[in-house]
This record gives sequence, structure tokens and C-alpha cells, in this order.
Amino acid sequence: MTSSVTSHSKMLNAALVVDNVTKKYASGTEALKGVSLTVPQGDFYALLGPNGAGKTSLIGIVTGLVNKTSGTVSVFGHDIDRETEAAKSMIGLVGQEVNFNPFEKPIDIVVNQGGYYGVPRSIAIPRAEKLLSDLGLFEKKNSKAMELSGGMKRRLMIARALIHEPKFLILDEPTAGVDVELRRSMWEYLTTLTQGGLTILLTTHYLEEAEKLAKNVAIINKGSIVAQGTMDEVLSLYKGGADDKYATGKLESVFLELTKK
Amino acid sequence: MPIAKLWTSYYTLIRKSFVRIVRIWPQTILPSLVTSTLYFTVFGTILGSQISAVDGFSYMQFVVPGLVMLAVVTNAYTEVATTFFVSKFFSRNIDEILVSPTPPWVIIAAFVTGGLIRSTIVGCLVLAVSMFFALPHVAHPLFIVLFLVLSSVVFSLAGLVNGIYAKSFDGISIVPTFVLTPLVYLGGVFYSVTMLPPFFQALTYANPIFYIINGFRYGFLGISDVSLVLATTVLLGLVAFFVAVSWYLLRTGLGLKQ
Repeated sequence: MTSSVTSHSKMLNAALVVDNVTKKYASGTEALKGVSLTVPQGDFYALLGPNGAGKTSLIGIVTGLVNKTSGTVSVFGHDIDRETEAAKSMIGLVGQEVNFNPFEKPIDIVVNQGGYYGVPRSIAIPRAEKLLSDLGLFEKKNSKAMELSGGMKRRLMIARALIHEPKFLILDEPTAGVDVELRRSMWEYLTTLTQGGLTILLTTHYLEEAEKLAKNVAIINKGSIVAQGTMDEVLSLYKGGADDKYATGKLESVFLELTKK
Repeated sequence: MPIAKLWTSYYTLIRKSFVRIVRIWPQTILPSLVTSTLYFTVFGTILGSQISAVDGFSYMQFVVPGLVMLAVVTNAYTEVATTFFVSKFFSRNIDEILVSPTPPWVIIAAFVTGGLIRSTIVGCLVLAVSMFFALPHVAHPLFIVLFLVLSSVVFSLAGLVNGIYAKSFDGISIVPTFVLTPLVYLGGVFYSVTMLPPFFQALTYANPIFYIINGFRYGFLGISDVSLVLATTVLLGLVAFFVAVSWYLLRTGLGLKQ
């Protein structure tokens, strides 16, 4: 009984609850094998795993871009199957691949995205200008998106994901191919957003940065969660003396230990 | 989603379509004008002068409704199929809509409206060009509007279904080349069905374009080879069929999601 009450209360306070989700693609690949995880509200949560571990499949399921095979997912208590629109309204997605129309202007890309969430242009335009300004893109707002540098395109995707003021931001490797200075400014910006109450789910291959930023972490390997908990709990799995002399931190050593099998 | 938000989402999608149609007008509007001018010149003026009147109208007056409709259905189809497929397959920005709370029926309505906007612009311009060759006879303007809208909607929906389901550019180009064009040419654009032998007449009745062209021609000339009730019923049936298919595809993600 106590356990059930605790679990219910945890779900009410959760930004994301993934329960026993499986995904088998038509090719036969089993990308997710009964994944369960809970992202608390206001958290900066890191979902880590090697390439092909199932991170992007899981994010695709949560955001409605991939159909799950079984299991349940809810976002702020809204089941993605039964209350799809309410669940989607809560989420902002920065995908792994650059996926905007390269011929459009950044301001139009961001304002239009607001429109799909029901934000009228009169509100979306000043909001988009503020976001582009905060992310250092204001000067480029009327350029063609294809003319932006790689880092600018990443920042444009963040602006686009934030235009409808989501409560839950999902970042799928947002800093891939981004230089150190820009990466740090992006982390600073995102940390500021979490202080304002935004929940962030992040996947990244920069483990030392995840170690510094995230409060909670899950490590996924071959479609299964192999470790999850607070960062301290996961770091406590570090046994020391990792045989990898290139490891740059405790989390990287734990990660390598858990995913090498 | 509340009504106001649904409207904003719908308006955003059609505004985007309109801006795109106008921005790349040499691709979206000009080709049909050039093709139609050639049709009017060759079939209306050069060959048409050798052909006797059809139901009391000059051959040029007879072919104008069919040629306008040819431009309308082609543009409605191409607008939606190409836009959807390119955003799904190349830039992948269809995800912008798929991750949003915009429900499938709003997506369908918006893409169809985009097709309707382009086909109406092109249809009106082609009609304007035809006036350099022969002044149009307008018998029933409401039927012109009814069949323009219904046929645009049918072919926009068909384009949407094709755009969602196509897995390569071939899947998009095969339909206009090997399905749409033959149906249009054999649907009575250039002749009356009464001129055909009985076997080909029977075949023509199975061609949906035949009903579209006849309904549209009735609006201009007041003559038709088929009952207008039947023509309208066929078009409404096609609208219902394609709406159901496209809604199913968007709802389940078939052809879109993995």
C-alpha cells in the first residue's frame, strides 16, 4: 500500500513516466526491451547510452514520431495515447538531425512552429525575436536557414522548441558538432531555463558535461536500462581503477563499465 | 486543443503554403500557364478551326473548361503531394507538425486548402489566358465554383495520400505521369463522350475525371454528357474516401512513423 501511494505520488509529480515500453521495428530490430523510467518535474535528466542503444527510439515514442510496440508513456500525467494533444502541448523537441526547411527564414521557422501549437503570430513574433536574441541569432533572423553555421542551426532548433513555452524540453544530442565555447553557452542557457521550472531530458555523448549538469541519470544499453537514479547513486557504481586510461570522469568510467558487455 | 488554437494552427499551415506558392511562382504557377497557352494555340486555334462545332459551341469554347480543369487537378495534386513528400523525405520538417498537438483533421484540412489555393489561382489565370483565344460562355457560375472546389479537394486529398505513403520520388511522379495524365486525356477534355464507340463510352464512365470535366463544362456551356447529380455524387464519394484514407494514415502514422 505504501509503495503504491508512493508510486502514484511520484507519477503525479513526474514530467515523464515511461512504463515497460518496448519497440520492435519492422526489420525485426528490438530497439527497446521493456524500458521504464521517471523524470521528475524540474529535473535536468540525462539519458545516456552508446550509439544504437535506443535513446532516439525512446525520444521518438515520447514525442509521437515513433509508434511503440507496447507499454505506456505519460507526460505530466497525460497518457500519450489517450490524451495525445495535451501531452504534446507540454513537450519541446530538439532532435538529433537538423530538420527545418533550409529555404525558410529563422524567424518564420520559429513563428510557424508556435502556430502549430496554437500560439498566434501577434504573440509568437515578439517571443521568437526574444528567443533568437537570447540565443545569439537575432542578426540572422531574416537570412535563409541554409546560410547558418552548424552551431547556429542547433541554436535555431532550440529556439523553435521553446516558442510555445513547453514545460518539458527534450534535447537529443543538441551539441553534436558544436565547439566548446558554444556548447558551454548553450548549457548555461539551458541551466537558466531549468531554474525557471523547465524540465529537461538530455541525451549527449559528452559525459563529463552530463555529470556536471544532470541531477538524475539513466544509462541505456541495447534497449534496456542498465542503471538509473540520482547522479550520486549512479556515480557510486564507480569501483575505481577503471582500465580505461582515457576516461575523463567517474561517469564515463561507470558508463564504459556498464555498456561494454 | 481549443478552437482558437486549432484555427491558429490551420491558419499557420495555409499561410505557409500561400507564401511558398507565391515565392516560387515560376515553379508553381508559370508552367501551367505556358502549357495551357500551347494547348489553346494548337488545339483551339490551329486544329480547332478545322473541327466543326460541338453542341452549338466552337471547338475552342468546348475545350476551354477541360483545359482549365486539367490545370486545376494537376496543380491541386502536385501542390500537396510534392510539398508533403519533400517535407517528409528531404528536409524532414514534417516533424515540426507531427510533434505538435495539431490533430490529423486540421493537417488534412490545411494541406487541402493549400492545394485549393494553388489550383484556384492557376485555374483563374488559365481561364484569363483562354480569353485571348475565345471569350468564355458562362451558363451556370455556381456549378463552375462547385466543381472547381470539389475537384481541387479530391485531387489535393489524393496528393496527400500519395505524399504520405510514397517512399521515393518515383512514388510521387508515377501517379501524375501514368495515372492522372491518361485519365485526364481520356476523360473528355478534347471530345464529347457521344463521339466514342459504345465500348469506349462504357470505359469512360469509369473515369472519375470524366465527371469532373462534365460538371465543370456544364457550368460554362450548360451541356453535359452525364447527370450532374451523378457527377456530384461521384466527387463527394471520392472526397469521403480520400479523407478516410488520409485520416487513417496520419492517425496511425502508416508511411510516416517507424
